[in-house]
Amino acid sequence: MKEIIMIMMSVILVNNFVLSQFLGMCPFMGVSKKLDSATGMGLAVTFVMVLSTVATWPIQHFLLDPLGIGYMQTLVFILIIASLVQLVEVALKKYVPSLYRSLGIFLPLITTNCAVLAVTIMNIDDGYTFLQAVFNSAGAGIGFLLAMVLFAGLRQKLDESKMVPAPFKGIPITLITASILSLSFMGFSGIVDGIFG
Amino acid sequence: MDILIPVLIVAAIGLIAGAGLTLAAKLMYVSVDEKVASIREKLPGANCGACGYAGCDDYANALVHGEGISTSACPVGGAYLAIAIARILGVEADESEEKVAAVMCRGSSDAIRRAMKHDKAWSCRAANQLYGGQMECRYGCLGMGDCVQACPHDAIKISDGLAVVDRDACVGCGICADACPKNLIEIHEKSKRIYIACKSLDTGLFTMKACAKGCIGCGRCESVCRFDAVKVENNLARIDYDKCRMCGMCVKECVTGAIIDIRKKKKS
Repeated sequence: MKEIIMIMMSVILVNNFVLSQFLGMCPFMGVSKKLDSATGMGLAVTFVMVLSTVATWPIQHFLLDPLGIGYMQTLVFILIIASLVQLVEVALKKYVPSLYRSLGIFLPLITTNCAVLAVTIMNIDDGYTFLQAVFNSAGAGIGFLLAMVLFAGLRQKLDESKMVPAPFKGIPITLITASILSLSFMGFSGIVDGIFG
Repeated sequence: MDILIPVLIVAAIGLIAGAGLTLAAKLMYVSVDEKVASIREKLPGANCGACGYAGCDDYANALVHGEGISTSACPVGGAYLAIAIARILGVEADESEEKVAAVMCRGSSDAIRRAMKHDKAWSCRAANQLYGGQMECRYGCLGMGDCVQACPHDAIKISDGLAVVDRDACVGCGICADACPKNLIEIHEKSKRIYIACKSLDTGLFTMKACAKGCIGCGRCESVCRFDAVKVENNLARIDYDKCRMCGMCVKECVTGAIIDIRKKKKS
């Protein structure tokens, strides 16, 4: 139990996927204009991350490793994640149309999101057990959601503010904000060791 | 042999995933509204987003399920498409006039004076950032073809250092207007056959020095107009199209030729 909490804390705060590992920057910049779409994207990413971990971890350990073709990991994982997301999309469209509508365009976008591939590969590389891997990916998703929501909130405030000097309006101030947010997350480094160590 | 196993494994996974997806698509098929499908068929399918929706599918969906959505939002399809959509939906077609892009500048290379020389043709956007471009006139066309590159319909080209719109090929999508760093391209109704092709707000003296075809704000068009449609403000003439009857008096009166009359060109 302690192990799992450690993993979650570490991946949400210290090794936040967006803010300290710089994965999934595209949706972080692209879908963070409004708070509700940022939340939708974050939830969808969390969902897909957990689901793809559930699918890829057994494949790595029961198919690729015994055959000695662990190097095919990247290719096979991309294949599986892409088809899995498609499957989820079709299923959602049929059975949970309301969720399908709110996730909308985000689901197919996530198919090619590097953060999802990264979390599945990191689960293997870090030698997590199945349960740990699932919690690690849930944590990675929650970290992504956290970063998205924080950033979207900041951006909405910035858009309303009239204090931004003209040369910094738009993209420049957005990038500066992202870097400061990223810097502030550095403050969490060592917090896991401090609590559990 | 060593290479065969991984190839087979990946191929097998791909096949299983593909078969699974096909099966899922069949099993969990959601019947699409017939109206949506037939509207989608009529739409051009360019997914350009000019209608304000995320692609043609989204627009077709919004038309059927939303309320009071304009049937003429698609500038690519034009009035013909608006009528077709309205027929499918069973509503009256919106009055929509075909739109066209117009370049608000006549500064071809023989008319305009250059302030500096560029060795290479960059992009207009880059040139604009360097002291507003190579032309003496800060408002005029830079002629480096950002609009040409942006146009998905091959309807605009650079001729003699000036962007020229092919009014027959143009669908009025407005993508070129966004690409122009000088905001020289306006999208207006095809019926506006007379317009002032200059954006210079400089004083007449300066405009005259910079460009032979710029509006110098002399006001002759204003005084000759019988319908009180032309007004000179900030050294630039403007036409009020609610009042304009396209008589062409101002075109004849203009000393520099800054007012374009397209009717005339068609006749000759």
